[in-house]
Amino acid sequence: MSQLRHLRKTAVAMATLAVMFLAACSAGSSSDGDSSEGKANASLNIGLTAEPASLDFTKNDGAAIPQALLYNVYETLVKVDQDGKIVPALAKSWDVSSDRKTYTFELVDDAKFSNGKPFTAKDAKFSIDRVKKDWTISLKAGMDQVDQVSVSDPTTLVVKLKQPSNDWLYRMTTRIGAMFSRTGVDELATKPVGTGPYGFSKWVRGDSIKLTRNDDYWGDEPHFKTVTLKYFKDSTAENNALLSDRIDMIGAVQSPDSLGQFENNPKYQVIEGTTNGEVMLSFNNASGPLQNKKLRQAVKYGINHKAMLKTCWAGRGKLIGSMVPPTDPWYEDLTGRYPHDAAKAKQLIQQSGQADKTLRLRIPNLPYATACGQVVKSQLEQVGLKVKLEQLEFPAAWLNTVFNNADYDMSIVSHVEPRDMPAVFGDPKYYTGYGKPAFNSLLQKADQGTPAEQKKYMQQAATMLADDAAADWLFTLPNLMVADKDITGLPKNAISESLDLTQLGQS
Amino acid sequence: MLLRLLRRTAVFLASLGVSSIAVFAFMAVLPGDPARVALGVNASTSAVQQLREEFGLDRPLVTQYGSWVHGLVTFDLGNSYVSSAAIGPQIADRMQVTLWLVVTAMVIAVLIAVPVGTLMAIRHRRLSGVLLSGLSQVGVAVPAFLAGILLITLFAVRLRWLPANGWTPPVDDPGMFLKQLVLPACSLAVVQGAVLTRYVRSAVLDVLREDYLRTARAKGLRPGQALIRHGLRNAAIPVVTMLALQLATLLIGAVVVERVFVIPGLGSLLLDSVANRDLIVVQDVVMILVVAVLTVNFLVDLLYLVIDPRLRTGAS
Repeated sequence: MSQLRHLRKTAVAMATLAVMFLAACSAGSSSDGDSSEGKANASLNIGLTAEPASLDFTKNDGAAIPQALLYNVYETLVKVDQDGKIVPALAKSWDVSSDRKTYTFELVDDAKFSNGKPFTAKDAKFSIDRVKKDWTISLKAGMDQVDQVSVSDPTTLVVKLKQPSNDWLYRMTTRIGAMFSRTGVDELATKPVGTGPYGFSKWVRGDSIKLTRNDDYWGDEPHFKTVTLKYFKDSTAENNALLSDRIDMIGAVQSPDSLGQFENNPKYQVIEGTTNGEVMLSFNNASGPLQNKKLRQAVKYGINHKAMLKTCWAGRGKLIGSMVPPTDPWYEDLTGRYPHDAAKAKQLIQQSGQADKTLRLRIPNLPYATACGQVVKSQLEQVGLKVKLEQLEFPAAWLNTVFNNADYDMSIVSHVEPRDMPAVFGDPKYYTGYGKPAFNSLLQKADQGTPAEQKKYMQQAATMLADDAAADWLFTLPNLMVADKDITGLPKNAISESLDLTQLGQS
Repeated sequence: MLLRLLRRTAVFLASLGVSSIAVFAFMAVLPGDPARVALGVNASTSAVQQLREEFGLDRPLVTQYGSWVHGLVTFDLGNSYVSSAAIGPQIADRMQVTLWLVVTAMVIAVLIAVPVGTLMAIRHRRLSGVLLSGLSQVGVAVPAFLAGILLITLFAVRLRWLPANGWTPPVDDPGMFLKQLVLPACSLAVVQGAVLTRYVRSAVLDVLREDYLRTARAKGLRPGQALIRHGLRNAAIPVVTMLALQLATLLIGAVVVERVFVIPGLGSLLLDSVANRDLIVVQDVVMILVVAVLTVNFLVDLLYLVIDPRLRTGAS
């Protein structure tokens, strides 16, 4: 084989080259850490998990679009602050008539759209009328209360409602209250035009949305010149991006278990607040074994909420006991209505006469649902219930089976829309199958009364849901953010539809 | 020869037809309603119905299939259900990204496989050859996503040499583009390189045993020269074939790797569209992948007809 010596030399040289190439694969070094730049051109990268399907929230449902655009690119007349209060935005002030049917808004006079046109009461009227006319998403029903909109002068808008509605003003803080330019609605899906502190500049589908500071903004200019929202499919990739300095903050942590690595690291800060997302163990009130109230109550007594939250969401989040998140004005802690009581649960199961039934727990394949589904199943089995756990792909398969066809006994899903108690329990045809007339009359009284009456009746409605065991509320999703130490003004609570970028800064 | 050519072409076209029916049928039986997904949880039945009509989902399946195929043939890929944007340009954008990834991975794989495979062949009876052979077996067994996760953990999170994920178009920032391309391309190349290495090894082994190599040596060429001048070209034929056939595996691997590295390529588009039940996009993307793989196989077939004289004369 000695004649192959040269050949071998050649091959060895080649193999060495290959190894060197492999090494080159891992060569190079980089650190994209932003040097602390001045206000003039500082940029911020935020990691998020759900990418919008389009930029047009008039035709596309999905929380990701307003999360990116509302309050940042599009503004509303009124907005929700960090405590859940309604505060001025494009409207400096507003008056409600004594019959609570007429709202008169005084608008700011120096706001401009990103297409250069000034914002006037005519645009406001156009935007409100357009919801009824051109919007297709179901949320547009929030404008059904409006009878007519009139313009008194460029900065005065008068809205007449068919009947008093507290809820209507609140909906004006959501996406349906967004103000559009009369000449800027031709390309909503790709080129949003608004009056906000940021203008839309670029969308790389599957990757990121870039917003650029609006230098003509009528209000206080935000600190960051550019904000890039980067979208990740899973929390591991998102965490890695933060750890390797690709992003400066994580907008909504999806895996509380992974927070440890950031909390023990002086480079980062972790913020925990609340959201509007009630993680609900929904019951099928309309058909199947859970039509039986005693069995529904048994399930509620059978669950040890504190232990469950600790196991499946790292103990973060708040136990609520009904369909009201902690930041709503009528929030009360109703967790005491059904304390964990295994003996009582067993007794109620016997009394219900449904002891032999198997309950189908059909959950979406979302992080909180898969984590908590296992715990719910094992806790209920401990009190003697039979539970069959099935995971359905979200959104498509879950929507089809549970939501459309109500082909389920129990499910776990977070209802994230703000003030959604009427939507989720007011309609007997909704997948929860509740919609009792007595409940709906409480909702109506709440909507048409004074703020004090609203609070009283909403509390009664929430209590009725709890006592009827219309569902079991596991917890509200926490708002968890991780950011580099020097980022300031992080919105602690995520209780509007928007990820509000206006207060962010750097120390 | 002509008969073979015709037969091959007929098989190619028939495969295209059958796969288009299969792709369409899969989409039709997938549970979930695109209109419902687009409109979300609060939409009324009438709104969903209206959107279904807008999408043309209320028509008979045969009609839907017909108009889809008509669109494909006339290069009109239609519009996305979810974003209502034209699909063609979207796929073209994503395709560029995926091609960068796949081609880079292929180049890395070849650069590793040719020298290492050759060395393994030459030393196949010695310890170093056996060790390399074992190493390549390990490489074959490591799935691309695992390679990706390991590379990220080591080079991005621990050492911070390279970005953990993401994508920058080469025109925007060539430096960043390269940095972000390295890890995903390497994780895709690990498996491909290992598979290819074993092919190179056996191809070179075959050539080393051939008479003409001994003849070349007898004419006074050094072993290295003999192998390079006469051997490698012959060894290249099966290797190039393999490379072409590996395109399918590479594309499937790219889907997974794009997910791990958050790269907006064809694979990400496919997975997102499946989740959103943007069925028309799924059909188009899958069909394009199928066409790519079938076409390459068809071309390889033709190449063989040209290269291998035994096939040309009609003698079996």
